[in-house]
Amino acid sequence: MSQLSIRDVSKIFPGHKRDTPPTQALLPVRLEVADNDFITVLGPSGCGKSTLLRLVAGLETPTTGEIRLDGTRIVGAGADRGVVFQSYTLFPWLNVRQNICFGLREKGMKLSQQREISDRFIAQVGLRGFEDHFPKQLSGGMQQRVAIARALANDPKILLLDEPFGALDNQTRVLMQELLLGIWEQAQKTVMFITHDIDEAIFMASRVVVFSARPGRIKAEVAVDFPHPRHYTIKTSPEFMALKARLTEEIRVEAIAADH
Amino acid sequence: MKLLVPVRRENRIVLGVAFFIAFVALWFLVTWSGAVPKHFLASPWQTLASGWDLFATQNFGHDVGMTIWRVVGGFLLAAVIAVPLGIAMGVYKPIEAFFEPFVSFARYLPASAFIPLLILWVGIGEAQKLTVIFIGCFFQLTLMITMIVSGTRRDLVEAAYTLGCKDTGVIRRVVLPGAAPDIAEALRQVLGLGWTYIIVAELIGASSGIGHMITDSQALMATDHIIAGIVVIGLVGLLSDLLFKKVNQQLFSWSLLR
Repeated sequence: MSQLSIRDVSKIFPGHKRDTPPTQALLPVRLEVADNDFITVLGPSGCGKSTLLRLVAGLETPTTGEIRLDGTRIVGAGADRGVVFQSYTLFPWLNVRQNICFGLREKGMKLSQQREISDRFIAQVGLRGFEDHFPKQLSGGMQQRVAIARALANDPKILLLDEPFGALDNQTRVLMQELLLGIWEQAQKTVMFITHDIDEAIFMASRVVVFSARPGRIKAEVAVDFPHPRHYTIKTSPEFMALKARLTEEIRVEAIAADH
Repeated sequence: MKLLVPVRRENRIVLGVAFFIAFVALWFLVTWSGAVPKHFLASPWQTLASGWDLFATQNFGHDVGMTIWRVVGGFLLAAVIAVPLGIAMGVYKPIEAFFEPFVSFARYLPASAFIPLLILWVGIGEAQKLTVIFIGCFFQLTLMITMIVSGTRRDLVEAAYTLGCKDTGVIRRVVLPGAAPDIAEALRQVLGLGWTYIIVAELIGASSGIGHMITDSQALMATDHIIAGIVVIGLVGLLSDLLFKKVNQQLFSWSLLR
């Protein structure tokens, strides 16, 4: 069981200089994520959705409230919450396999076992034959696939993704969405995925959480009931379109608010 | 010539060698034509001949060896302390706040100005030479390494934490490998700095070394020996620099990928 419970968590960043006022990035947020759930958090740029993910990852400390994973209060980062960042964060001095084994080595796992696990995830993200390549020799999409494999190899309780496909071109992004969804359908993992892309949010999620403009708060939660395994063709179905129209309206209001 | 467009390898070598030739040609011209008197500036040929004579009959090889050992010895002493201190200052900001102002101040103290004091304190032996090099290299190196380590990519550090690393793991597995190529490059540059200090250290109170030979030659107005000595320093410096660069490229090939 990997249940995430976010209880009245807010975040205020202090001002950088003495005279600048503190920034309220997140108003108190309450969110429950069930075991093996795939939720996407959708919101306009700068709405605090990434802050929420960083709080769950333990990279920031909440100003108020608390976050529990399986009943245990989160203090600091840990291997039980895997993160895939928007920027490319592979270690440039390690090759693909060494990057994927980074967390396993930290655990002190035997080499043969590291190899077995990394083999499995290299195959799963379609990078067989690239084990010895360094990050700079890979395309952006390949780097993010390694980053996903690196996070999953650690077998975290929950996978946190912060706009991981944001920097990729459209075609690659769609393929990556299918890849990630395919992995989730097989592996069953609790996933929290941050995005500002409405199609992406609907296509992968079992629930879309819509954020308001800054200061961020949860504006709406929308269940997505398409059956699994999902095929990309559902994006053209009337149900998908209707859901997209509804979310577009929700987001549009917030984008306008954020702009003023 | 187009802006920022790299030169082909063979062209680069040709251009680099061409200037050396032009330089020596000009040198030859001003001495051969008599524009500069012989006792002020020896000709290239005469310099080469006396350089040969220095090595062949005056045991100059021993001087060169002594100078190299002093530079490398003082440099290594500085590096052994500066590298760990710089890393500690880079990752732990209170340590940086404690040492940085003093180190920044000490960096501007001219190492050569300490020579009279050092002679008083440690005499005119090897300790004095090593200390001059140490002072000249240590503060500079500490600050450079602090800056390099401070520049560690935050996103990589965060990624390591989410993969289960604790502080020591982050230092060992992210900060150090990430900073290593730049630290090696800083070491290479500071070793070059050591070469500029050693001659000054050897000008006073030395009985061997390239600097000592230069002081002796000055008394005899032997400009050919002085120039030969300077050229040898340049060559040894260049050689050590190339060697250092090669080793760095071998060790950190990942950082050269584009």
